[in-house]
Amino acid sequence: MSDALVPLVEMRNIRVSFGGVVAVDDVSVSLRAGEVVGLVGGNGAGKSTLIRVLSGAHQADGGVILINGEMVLISNPRDAKAHGIEAIYQTLALADNTDAAANLFLGRELTTRLGSLDDAGMEAAARKVLGRLNPKFKNFKDPVNKLSGGQRQSVAIARAVQFNARILIMDEPTAALGPAETAQVRELVTQLKAEGIGIFMISHDIHDVFDLSDRISVMHQGELVATVNKDDVTKDEVLAMIIMGGRSVVQ
Amino acid sequence: MTDTASNEEVSGTTQVDKRNVRRSAALLGLDSRLLGMIVALGAMWVAFNFFSDGLFLTSRNLWNLSVQSSAVAILATGMVLVIVSRNIDLSVGSIAVFVAMFMGLMQAEWIPDRYGLGRSWTWVVVLVAGIALGGLIGALHGFIVAYVKVPSFIVTLGGLLVWRAFAFQLADGRTIAPLDTKFQLIGGGPKGSLGETKSWLVATLACTVIVVGLVIGRRRRRRHGFQLRPTWTEAVVGTLGCSAVLGAVWVANSYMWPPGLAKDYAEEHGITEPPGGLRIPTGIAIPVLIAVGVAVFMTYLATRRRFGRYVYSIGGNPEAAELAGINTRFVVMKTFIVMGMLAALGAAVISARLNAATVGLGTGLELQVIAAAVIGGTSLAGGIGIIPGAMLGAVVMQSLSSGMVLMKVPTATQDIVVGVLLVTAVAFDSILTRRRA
Repeated sequence: MSDALVPLVEMRNIRVSFGGVVAVDDVSVSLRAGEVVGLVGGNGAGKSTLIRVLSGAHQADGGVILINGEMVLISNPRDAKAHGIEAIYQTLALADNTDAAANLFLGRELTTRLGSLDDAGMEAAARKVLGRLNPKFKNFKDPVNKLSGGQRQSVAIARAVQFNARILIMDEPTAALGPAETAQVRELVTQLKAEGIGIFMISHDIHDVFDLSDRISVMHQGELVATVNKDDVTKDEVLAMIIMGGRSVVQ
Repeated sequence: MTDTASNEEVSGTTQVDKRNVRRSAALLGLDSRLLGMIVALGAMWVAFNFFSDGLFLTSRNLWNLSVQSSAVAILATGMVLVIVSRNIDLSVGSIAVFVAMFMGLMQAEWIPDRYGLGRSWTWVVVLVAGIALGGLIGALHGFIVAYVKVPSFIVTLGGLLVWRAFAFQLADGRTIAPLDTKFQLIGGGPKGSLGETKSWLVATLACTVIVVGLVIGRRRRRRHGFQLRPTWTEAVVGTLGCSAVLGAVWVANSYMWPPGLAKDYAEEHGITEPPGGLRIPTGIAIPVLIAVGVAVFMTYLATRRRFGRYVYSIGGNPEAAELAGINTRFVVMKTFIVMGMLAALGAAVISARLNAATVGLGTGLELQVIAAAVIGGTSLAGGIGIIPGAMLGAVVMQSLSSGMVLMKVPTATQDIVVGVLLVTAVAFDSILTRRRA
């Protein structure tokens, strides 16, 4: 039999509906430590909604979440972060009018003994972590809306890795990036995998998915079509599942 | 190596003019917009002095200007936070009149009926109760905005109608006057000012705080290994700051008590009047001290506390703030609570100065406050705004009014000028921002 290792994350029978529309219908996915699971599907497949349940941005109407085999309750983003879950959203979720350090520590600011913001301390930490990720990053004082797309991405990624996440969610991480920056993201993912971090990666780029994932979960109109090992399928088969859903699955 | 160095030098010098202003402003620790406003204010004062035949830049006029700006300035600091978090509060004038009526009745009727007039603690109880009431009203507005999710424009528009009506009902439309003698001091006037010695004390304290602040800031940056500003810039900032404070207090101390009051004082204290009358310096007016204190506190709250950081983050990207785990609804509610409390404080200052609570108090106050905040650089789109700017905006608007009064400009024309200025100031700022980006 395969290993008895408990998965890092298990989402079982998750159900999310918005009014009368069922966005996620009885979906179960899992993630092991040091693994990348690609979550793919067409528009409206429910991938982002599913992942927002894990990151605490949305509450599921049914189903459970287990972390290291234990059932947990994630009712808001703070709960998720407390369990070591960090997310990099498609929109990056940066506060445009504040600088890189402020965004890095948003919601988790460092304070001095008097309870006031330790801006210098946060800037120092920001320089350290961003310096590792992106040595060319220099604009620590400008509000982030003045930064380029790649630099903003660096800030969003830095925010996710800064707080020792065990589970990382990346929603379309390379969608807005050029080839050089995409390569950087790929390197980062490899590095994080080696450190034992589990990554859920949503992507519509089938090549990225195949390059980086170990397993692929395909969703179609709110349902899970199948979860396959990357080595067992071809890109065309996965594309077929994305487009045609359950009718294409060959067991 | 040498080639790249010289290249950088060359490209640097060609951009000198454009970036110099911004860099010198940044060195001084000021927003360049703020610096521009200070310069514009100075120019306005000089112009008005010329057109009013030297009446504008007198210690009397400047002292009055400071007192008249204080209420709007106090409220404007709170309005900045409300607007930055993508809301608006149209009800502040009505909150002010309601709380003023409440405070008036409390000190003129309710407390005297039970405990008699002239108690030493009346003003404290009244002020605290008033601010608490303002906070409660703000909490109600804030709750409906943040948790019931009704747009703030609507909620506070309702408040604008309701609270003024309640104020009318509270006292049956009467004017409550006179107010408690100690409470009156909050409004300024010769007795409601610090006098010479205390004013110089405050000035010394302020200078010490400025210098200590610079030293601490520098030490903190050194501890983290950041690039330090050259010592001479720190010295310039310190000198400019202290000169401004000392200059302002000097002006306040140059304004003497009216001769009649000075004579009464001399008689009361058995002082023989020198030829030409006893000259008693007025010093910093209490409402001005309150306004400055509020501004310092609110700036600290906005820039150095998590609450302020959250307000700006919500303004910049509400979804990002939510996803970061910030309790955005509570933060928004708190901005309205603070606004309500400041409106109450402003009401105290206004009614104390009038020595009365009238149903007309604070009419149009909300628009003045919003205008002050906006002229001071707060964007109605949210996310951008500075509190010192709002204070300056209040002074700019009041200077304009005072100057036009001294020039004997008719009231209707005054309104036209203020309206045109407001639109021009924001348009100018918006064009500059777009060109800079």
